[in-house]
Amino acid sequence: MSATQPFVFLGCLELNELLPQEAHDARELLEQVAHVPIESIFCHTSAALLHRPVLAEAYPNDFSLWVGSEVRDVRLAERLAAIDAFHAGSMERVREDIIATISDHLQHLGAAAARTQGKRFRFFQVHLVPVPTGHQARTLVEFRDALAEVDVSALFYHTIAARYRAGRGRGDFAEWIGGALGLPDLADRLAHIDPHAGSLERIRDRHLSVLSDAISGEGA
Amino acid sequence: MAQGSLLKLDDYRRVAPRGTIDFLMRIGERLRGKRLVHVSASRYGGPVVEVLNRVVPLLNDLGVETTWEITIGTADFDQVTRAVGKALAGTEQVITELMLSRLRETGIDNAGRLQLDADLVVVHDAPPLYLVEQRKEASRWLWLCHHDLSSAQPQLWNTLRPVVQRYDASVFSLARFAAPLSIPRFIVYPSIDPLSERNREMTRAEQATVMDRLRVPRDKPILLQIGPFERQHDPLGVINAYRLVKKHHDVRLVLAGPPLPPGADGLADVQEAASHDADISVVVLPPDPQIELNALERAATIAIQKPLKADFAIEVATAMWKGKPVIGTIAGGIPFQMVVTVTGYTVETVEGAAFRIRQLLSNPEMIGRMGAAGREHVRRNFLVTRHVSDYLALLAHLTR
Repeated sequence: MSATQPFVFLGCLELNELLPQEAHDARELLEQVAHVPIESIFCHTSAALLHRPVLAEAYPNDFSLWVGSEVRDVRLAERLAAIDAFHAGSMERVREDIIATISDHLQHLGAAAARTQGKRFRFFQVHLVPVPTGHQARTLVEFRDALAEVDVSALFYHTIAARYRAGRGRGDFAEWIGGALGLPDLADRLAHIDPHAGSLERIRDRHLSVLSDAISGEGA
Repeated sequence: MAQGSLLKLDDYRRVAPRGTIDFLMRIGERLRGKRLVHVSASRYGGPVVEVLNRVVPLLNDLGVETTWEITIGTADFDQVTRAVGKALAGTEQVITELMLSRLRETGIDNAGRLQLDADLVVVHDAPPLYLVEQRKEASRWLWLCHHDLSSAQPQLWNTLRPVVQRYDASVFSLARFAAPLSIPRFIVYPSIDPLSERNREMTRAEQATVMDRLRVPRDKPILLQIGPFERQHDPLGVINAYRLVKKHHDVRLVLAGPPLPPGADGLADVQEAASHDADISVVVLPPDPQIELNALERAATIAIQKPLKADFAIEVATAMWKGKPVIGTIAGGIPFQMVVTVTGYTVETVEGAAFRIRQLLSNPEMIGRMGAAGREHVRRNFLVTRHVSDYLALLAHLTR
């Protein structure tokens, strides 16, 4: 099957901007989370995949990492880690969840929030500059082969940024395969690949595996 | 092997992450026709020069017309910039009105002489800072600070901050190095060139020749710290950590650093502390010791970086690139280059360093595993190809 509109793979350049907001304890973190640009919430949650190494045992977002390692408040760190930026629906919803979690924790703490003895939390926002990778695809095989070759930032741009920052449905891959190629089941399988799988390279491998299975099934 | 400016982007294909070079070429196509000019105070020595020597040819190779201009000052200008540099780094200096006038006049004089007609003008560090007073509105201006401004001398910084704020944006190596500013502050980590003399692959024979020349035996596992023989780099602390390790493991300690300026007594202290132990080698490096450092790092079993205060300390990444686990302090940029427990450990005391060294020596499989993880971490985050992409991102973002 061939699509009329090719899928054009875009990678992205990343630029990290340091914001003036900082936090020394959970109360300040709460205040700042409420006011920073939404791009900053994206940077410290979903985009963490792009800008820091992913360790299986580490907390999944920068807020929980900082509260755990610098404030040493394990209860709050665990609760922040449980906020799933990939299933919240929107970044504003993620912000609300973080605010609600910290507020509830502070309410039950009953004493002054511990201040960090280590690094303060510094807020960033990430700027993404999309760039064509030169790869495009009209068929499933072309799509799989291009996906194996493109710069890893394309994985980030079409899955994480498209879905969780730009609000483009279930991500660009699933939308194109479901719409342009008319393969809704395959699109569904791609959309369900867990972003918590680990690194972007691992997310690439999971996509390639699902696509290769589908291609083998087509040929069988 | 091709070296320096003879290197082409394509040469990095075998060391950069998959897809990176093709992607950089695509970005280059998108930005072709844009002009970038770097301005620094020197073409010789220092971190700025090392970066620009690598990045400028690669940007041109990508089709982004990139030039590098040098400011020229009067005889006393070097003295002024040295004092200003130290004061910005937090060492109290006497900065007179005359010195500040010299800094400003030199900037203005150079603005009339230099070719600054470009889409993006990148000014490196304080000496050429005042060029911005003559800026043309058609260009975007970026100030790139390679040093730690977190404890800059307040009076001086209060004078320079309004000048910095005439730029469109600033770049720092680490968030903790950045000073408060009303313009955007971007963070760009330094990088290493995997094809440079410092980091290129070396045959065992070549490595052996260099080690023999440095008179460092290779008969036992080597613990290595590279850094000046100054109190700030804690060579005596490293010797004490080695002594704790030595009770359990037969190892050699190598401390390698540049010669100290006349009058400094750090080296004598280190030599005295090492004089009673034949397994401690104190190596005073020759000028431009790139090959020597390469051989030492390759011969090491574990790399140590134990400064009490540091800049970004890119030496951590150079050791990791050679597959060595690193035991480092939390000073400067050290913890930002490591994935703690995966590529090495951060420590805060002599005892902590000794414990982690012993732990690795007792579990040699960890040395290999951490070394391999470190090399991959550097490949993805600290190679010059990533640095080139950061410059392209700045160019694209600021001139959009």
